[in-house]
Amino acid sequence: MIELWPAIPLFIAAIMASVTRGSLRAIIMLAAPLISAYAIFQLEPGDVFSVELMGLQLTPVRIDALSILFGYLFNLAALIGVIYALHVKDPMQDLAALAYAGSAVGAVLAGDLLTLFVYWELLALTSVFLIFARRTERAYKAGMRYLLIQISSGLLLLSGAIFYSSAGNGLSFNYIGLESSGGWLIFIAFGIKAAFPLLHGWLTDAYPEATPTGTVFLASFTTKVAIYALARGFPGTDLLIIIGVIMACFPIFYAVIENDLRKVLAYSLINQLGYMVVGIGIGTELALNGTTAHAFSHVLYKGLLMMSMGAVLHVTGEIRGSELGGLYKKMPKTTLLCIIGAASISAFPLFSGFISKAMVVSAAIQEGHTLVWLALLFAAAGVFHHAGIKIPFFAFFAHDSKHIETAHEPPGNMILAMGIAAAFCVGIGSFPGLLYAMLPFATDYSAYDVSHVLAQMQLLAFSALAFAWLKLANIYPPELKSVNLDTEWFYRHLFPQSVKKLLDRLIPVDQAIKKFSFDIFAFSQQVLARHHGSYGILARSWPTGSMVLWVAVLLGLSLLLYYF
Amino acid sequence: MSFMDHLPILVVIIPLLTAPLCVLLNRPILAWFVSILSALISFFIAIQLVFQVNELGTISYWLGGWEPPWGIEYRIDLLAAYVLLIVTAIASLVMLFAKKSVEKEIPENRIAYFYAAFMLAFAGLLGIVATGDAFNVFVFLEISSLSSYALISMGKDRRALNASFTYLIMGTIGATFILIGIGSLYMMTGTLNMADLAARLPEVADTRTVRAGFAFLTVGVGLKLALFPLHLWLPNAYAYAPSVVTAFLAATATKVAVYLLIRIILGVFTLDFSLQLMPLDTLLVTLGLIGIISASLVAVYQGDIKRMFAYSSVAQIGYMVLGIGLATTTGLTASILHLFNHALMKGALFIALGAIAFRIGSTSIKDFSGLGKRMPWTMAAIVAGGLSLIGIPPTVGFISKWYLVLAALELELWPIALLILVGSILAVIYIWRLVEAAYFGKPNPYQYVQEAPLSMLLPLWILVIANFYFGIQTDFSIGLASSAASELSGVGR
Repeated sequence: MIELWPAIPLFIAAIMASVTRGSLRAIIMLAAPLISAYAIFQLEPGDVFSVELMGLQLTPVRIDALSILFGYLFNLAALIGVIYALHVKDPMQDLAALAYAGSAVGAVLAGDLLTLFVYWELLALTSVFLIFARRTERAYKAGMRYLLIQISSGLLLLSGAIFYSSAGNGLSFNYIGLESSGGWLIFIAFGIKAAFPLLHGWLTDAYPEATPTGTVFLASFTTKVAIYALARGFPGTDLLIIIGVIMACFPIFYAVIENDLRKVLAYSLINQLGYMVVGIGIGTELALNGTTAHAFSHVLYKGLLMMSMGAVLHVTGEIRGSELGGLYKKMPKTTLLCIIGAASISAFPLFSGFISKAMVVSAAIQEGHTLVWLALLFAAAGVFHHAGIKIPFFAFFAHDSKHIETAHEPPGNMILAMGIAAAFCVGIGSFPGLLYAMLPFATDYSAYDVSHVLAQMQLLAFSALAFAWLKLANIYPPELKSVNLDTEWFYRHLFPQSVKKLLDRLIPVDQAIKKFSFDIFAFSQQVLARHHGSYGILARSWPTGSMVLWVAVLLGLSLLLYYF
Repeated sequence: MSFMDHLPILVVIIPLLTAPLCVLLNRPILAWFVSILSALISFFIAIQLVFQVNELGTISYWLGGWEPPWGIEYRIDLLAAYVLLIVTAIASLVMLFAKKSVEKEIPENRIAYFYAAFMLAFAGLLGIVATGDAFNVFVFLEISSLSSYALISMGKDRRALNASFTYLIMGTIGATFILIGIGSLYMMTGTLNMADLAARLPEVADTRTVRAGFAFLTVGVGLKLALFPLHLWLPNAYAYAPSVVTAFLAATATKVAVYLLIRIILGVFTLDFSLQLMPLDTLLVTLGLIGIISASLVAVYQGDIKRMFAYSSVAQIGYMVLGIGLATTTGLTASILHLFNHALMKGALFIALGAIAFRIGSTSIKDFSGLGKRMPWTMAAIVAGGLSLIGIPPTVGFISKWYLVLAALELELWPIALLILVGSILAVIYIWRLVEAAYFGKPNPYQYVQEAPLSMLLPLWILVIANFYFGIQTDFSIGLASSAASELSGVGR
């Protein structure tokens, strides 16, 4: 069998798909992730491809247990995404999506920092077209902001890599740590892509602006590549635990008051990333296994939720929660699939989120991080609230909206894609052994046996917290249909108001800071324009006399310097 | 002596003699034909010279058989062979592109004169590189400069006359300074041969005359290479010159000036004298850095793309000067690499602009709107050249910036490394403006625009492919540059 770089088929298919039409295009797009996955299947852990470039030893492909799992995951996500997007006839999106998937696969298989940097920037350059593809002014602007931040992340990575390697560490991408300045630069570069708190703005800004199909790809790759990179470069870094906990908790508040349902999902994405980051920070075998497993199941259920919201957007052209509702009457399949996704993200037993989240949480307890454990439980309750209940409730239930008249089930390929993702969610949740067997470290962990008590406790905490807060007797999904106005009041008033009071205090401060930085920015831009603008001092056509003056100045200066 | 032994002089003489031939033939097509022929012959000679130097080491050719230091010596070492190769290669490609562009931009009755002037400029640049005699440098400098003034003044825009006049004044001051510098060295040592000068200078290095001479030389060369703040003549000269001239001068003239700077401060004077005893290194690093940032910022605001790339050239010269100023072998390697690489990228970019000027008669950013669809090959070439300018792997631009950053880090000069990266980010911004206009803008519906003709796309894409080829296959360029660099800094130690 010829040895093939697993990322290559995706790139080739990206180019081919952008110039073909009809069923040929569909076949190419569907085959690409399969061929790429097969290429990974051909390789054994420990395989490396090396090339020498500019006197540097590069390793474009390096296979081990961690990279294999992510490789398969991205190909699976790409396949689901492609099926979901089959009805779209936009060569730009085809090209961008497949090349984006290829970059993600390439990045997790990269064995050195320079290769990683190349794929890192490719991720940015390809994915931004999924945002541009919406072809609205808003999307274009959001895309530009997204691109700027992503490219900066890449430049940080490059400069970090240069510092790191020039400090004698070589270019190979293994444990990096925060001991060196290069390590810090790389850490921040990874942190931007992993949506660390304060660095997360690009995610919630840009993802909701992408096309319905594009967001599915976006939600699958970029952040998970960053998680992989953190897991490889910085396992056991204590700082990550704190960062992860903040990531798990703060988006909850935003998600509750947000009306754009895809933006809600973007916030919950950050919250889920928080679990993974905590896992990396704890750094034990169980925790890293948990992170990897959670990334795996997360891509699937988050994809499923994004797809169901994409379907709603596709059918109704509307995604604001306040304008939707009652769609279950016309879209029962989508509703069911969305609820499966919601159950998974809320970590109900027998769904995928349960078996992976439990690992991270158990690891936190094992290492004695009680506060972390509590915070994670709180976050879990929050997730259940905004992703598990709010998303399906507002979109499919609640009050009947004007869209009910025209709503219908989305195209078959969308349903199929969601069905596959849902099958995986249930499958992994019911038979966790299949996933556990693929994890980087051998494990005998069992979510259903050993940590049984723990899982119970977690669920109890769920019920208790949710009960107290929701003022509701039952919180299980089947009960959702009978949710009455009380919960609506809760969504619309109590929580938003209490959060709002807090925000009201913070907003003036926030705005003052923003205004200050905008002022500085505007001022420096004015100064720049005055000096460097088309008719600025430095850009003007100068009279010859002044030029000669400069010559004289420089000559005088040189003479002075050389004489003394 | 066989024919092969005369190559060092033939590479200069052939274009020099082609110039009067162009005037005598006085027919556009014939003049073009002999010009491209002589450019190609020079190119093959240059290839041959690179092989010879690689095998046998530095070639010393005695003009008329007179032994140096009395006779004029032509001296081709590794660096010289390398620069000759760049200049002749670019000239050949530009000549290929020139036929149509010149027909469009130059009145027919002047075309033969245009090619004559072009050949003179070409020969002058080659002469500066080939010769080992300080006074001969001045002679060739004047040949190339005077013909460049004439070439620039032939631009269609009337501002070209003014730009050419300004360049004339500044260039003449530069040349005079160089002459004064050479004169004072001659006064102290009694010799004009560079190798001989290098041997005799250390004895008299402490005199004011030598130091003043050094100052005049460095400032004079600084003017020719458009070192910040002596760059003010360059943007207008490049912006208003005919497209062919801009492409040729941008890719070669400043490179030859950088070569001259290296030759003077490392070949005639020594590394110890120029960069350690004299504070020239501080001067070069400071001015280089200011040049990079300031010129890049100006480029960001420019409305005329030709002028924008002219400012970007000033910034790129900053990178080269910076590399020299770092005064290490790695820094020098980076500079020499960038010399070669910048010729490739700016050659490609200005030829592409020439093709656009050929089709739409303007290079203003407003007219780029929607060009991505109308002229896909040309715009793709500009994007590729732009990527190289920014320094994105796997382009040549990445290689030279990588080495430059390495050189800065070797000396633990972090802020410099950082500023180099800032320069790259600024390049991203001004290239992006172009991309945004060309690919996201709406094309002008009243204007019918075709893709550029094949004779323009061919040299353009050869250069673009070279940008990527030498970015991946780096053995040749890095090998040459680093051995030339160690040869030069070895002379000093």
